[in-house]
Amino acid sequence: MTKKLITGAELLIQYLEKKGVDIIFGYPGGAAIPIFDALVDSKIKLVLVRHEQGAAHIADGYARATGKPGVVLVTSGPGATNTVTGIITAMMDSVPMIVLCGQTITTSLGKDAFQEADVFGITAPIVKHSYLVKNPVDIPRIVEESFYICSTGRPGPVVIDLPKDITGAMTPIQDSPPVMDIPGYTFPTHARSKDIQKIANYIKQSHRPLILAGQGALISEAYNEIQELAETIQAPVVNTLLGKGVFPENHPLSLGMLGMHGTAYANKALTRCDLILSIGSRWDDRITPGKIERFCPDAVKLHIDIDPAEINKIVVPDASAVGDAKLVLRDLIPLLGKLNTKEWLKEVDQYRRKFPLNYKKTGGLKAQHVIDELYKLTKGDAIVTTDVGQHQMWAAQFFKSHFSRSWISSGGAGTMGFGFPAAIGAQFGCSKKTVIAIVGDGGFQMTAFELSTAMLHKLPIKIVVIDNKFLGMVRQWQQLFYDDRLSGVNLEGNPDFVKLAEAYGVKGFRIKRAADVRKILSRALAYSDGPCLIHAEVIKEDNVFPMIPAGGAAEDMLIEAPKVKMEKPKGST
Amino acid sequence: MTELQLQRSQNSHTISLLVANKPGVLLRISLIFSRRGFNIESLVVSPTLDGRFSRMTITAQGDPSILEQIIKQAAKLVDVVHATEHKDISAVQKELALVKVKLNPETTGRVLQVVEHFKATTVDLTSNSLIIQATGSSEKLDAMISFLSEYGIIELVRTGKIVMARGKEKT
Ligand SMILES: Cc1cc2nc3c(=O)[nH]c(=O)nc-3n(C[C@H](O)[C@H](O)[C@H](O)COP(=O)(O)OP(=O)(O)OC[C@H]3O[C@@H](n4cnc5c(N)ncnc54)[C@H](O)[C@@H]3O)c2cc1C
Ligand SMILES: Cc1ncc(C[n+]2csc(CCOP(=O)(O)OP(=O)(O)O)c2C)c(N)n1
Repeated sequence: MTKKLITGAELLIQYLEKKGVDIIFGYPGGAAIPIFDALVDSKIKLVLVRHEQGAAHIADGYARATGKPGVVLVTSGPGATNTVTGIITAMMDSVPMIVLCGQTITTSLGKDAFQEADVFGITAPIVKHSYLVKNPVDIPRIVEESFYICSTGRPGPVVIDLPKDITGAMTPIQDSPPVMDIPGYTFPTHARSKDIQKIANYIKQSHRPLILAGQGALISEAYNEIQELAETIQAPVVNTLLGKGVFPENHPLSLGMLGMHGTAYANKALTRCDLILSIGSRWDDRITPGKIERFCPDAVKLHIDIDPAEINKIVVPDASAVGDAKLVLRDLIPLLGKLNTKEWLKEVDQYRRKFPLNYKKTGGLKAQHVIDELYKLTKGDAIVTTDVGQHQMWAAQFFKSHFSRSWISSGGAGTMGFGFPAAIGAQFGCSKKTVIAIVGDGGFQMTAFELSTAMLHKLPIKIVVIDNKFLGMVRQWQQLFYDDRLSGVNLEGNPDFVKLAEAYGVKGFRIKRAADVRKILSRALAYSDGPCLIHAEVIKEDNVFPMIPAGGAAEDMLIEAPKVKMEKPKGST
Repeated sequence: MTELQLQRSQNSHTISLLVANKPGVLLRISLIFSRRGFNIESLVVSPTLDGRFSRMTITAQGDPSILEQIIKQAAKLVDVVHATEHKDISAVQKELALVKVKLNPETTGRVLQVVEHFKATTVDLTSNSLIIQATGSSEKLDAMISFLSEYGIIELVRTGKIVMARGKEKT
């Protein structure tokens, strides 16, 4: 009996369905039409975005909120290149994502065909893996491998370039499940027990231990284990920007975020600990000084990470365990008992009391006030996405994360334009949750057109535009380190964001006075008939503190605005 | 060895990779080197016993601490089965060179002495040139080439280094 023939595109969609894909974010074009055609008969929901960058960030937000890979579908050439920023954003923050790109027909490859771009080449440095499909028969195997690769080990984006003659070709349906052929791909699970024992031995000798929880702990879903570890050894916990939520920031042992704009008490603890245990953090340069010898010079450094390449990359640890955070902690905890850290916890508490995060509600409307009130009104029970800049840092400081996957922010790439589309993805993934996008006036304008997408799908996202009429974070640097010589940061002439929202059929709210914050936010949070935008016109020239100037160590932290002229920072950015 | 040569050989590393025989592998590996400012000096790609895999032998110059990153990042690639650095003692390292040298009646004898000394062979002879084929360690080839340069080298082609781990060790 001859097998039934279907198109390569139909085969692709069949296997995406088999992998549990129920939603794709896409934008069509000539080279991708066969795939869009196959979607007509599929139960997979197709969400038409307004720009391919939006599709990539939406898929990213979806993946970070749910833990499931986000799937993007775009056409060749400019369609594919528009996703590049989204791909690097996902790569830097280890987000599982699959980007399907239409491509010119195989016989035209390399001939400057219409809308041909070497997508395999362009994306090679920013993907976990990629494919150029040359034969429709390979599609099931490639889909199988792609999902496996993007979501296991250290997750990351996978690009699949699909020439139109391949997706259009007739090919037999396949009965047997695809067999993966990736002999070079392995990832650690359990760590070696002698490494875990060595870590345990160091911890047992510590009087002032500090746990550093990063996004890797979140990816491995090690929340219970981290809590158990912290409570067992009675150690305070700091988290990275991307580790927010993996250990509840309202837990008595939590010191919140460390690093450049972390809490003063987290950074003070960093200068005083005698041991620091990183669980799934990659010692990014926002938390470590340029001169790495200055990082916790007297502390024992321990590192748990699934990626062997992270060990010794920035910090050379005294002991390390390569493996999945959750599995490593499960093996580690039984080796440990209660430590006597009373003095240390007392000391840390003093920092907490002496250097609290604060702001004044007087002197005009403050971004911090808006964010703080959002936190209080929701009691932290929301998924918060942010864009990049000052508002991101204030959100990290004032919106405490109580749950994992409740905080979504572009950390490694720091991609402006990420926050709002990421909220769309998060809301698609978690329809019952309150999703709040906290964005700057600059970054929001980079992807604001996705208001259409949010509106058409009636997603009840709250978009909070912190409008300071400046590219605030850059202005802060120019003020502090470049003699207040402002250059290219003035956003005077911003649109009226309420009217902009209304033009898309989105409900708009406006906050101008501190006295109205609570009232208006309450109304916006109660609004459920689709998305709403809250235009918060905050004071123009506020700056984020505490701050460790780039390249500096925790000792160099500025708790408030410096009175003296600052030198240009030595760190990268 | 001159000081420069010594420094070069200390900073020169030989890395052997077993990779899946798939398109794009070379691109991905070269990106790992170029992103970190490493210059690849020689690169040999060859089939292995098992057709699914290829062997790559790369020599490159650079800071050893960055090299550790490079090897780890290469090993992490989906298409790389393993990546290791090979030091002189633990592996046999060989290279082949073809050297086209000018010939004239006064120098021919001396050129042939060099050939003999380095256990090289002559593989092509014309009235005014000679092609010499030599195999051995890269250092031996360097030395031979430096002798031959006195007589006028017209062209030089080297295969780049290949390595094989000794005894039970796998390459
Ligand atoms: C304007 C701006 C300011 C910033 N300021 C700060 C700041 O003050 N403080 C701060 O912390 N960050 C800050 N950041 C973010 C910073 O740039 C980094 O993105 C962040 O610190 C990285 O956090 P991470 O190491 O936890 O996560 P990632 O970069 O995602 O690294 C995760 C690590 O976990 C590992 N991993 C993955 N899966 C597992 C697993 N299953 N088991 C074990 N390990 C695993 C990975 O291999 C990786 O090493 C800022 C960013 C911007 C844009
Ligand atoms: C795509 C992109 N371009 C430029 C930058 C550099 N950058 C970082 S923060 C920032 C200012 C952001 O301004 P805004 O969105 O208004 O937020 P604010 O800092 O004022 O809260 C800029 C330009 C970036 N991170 N991303």
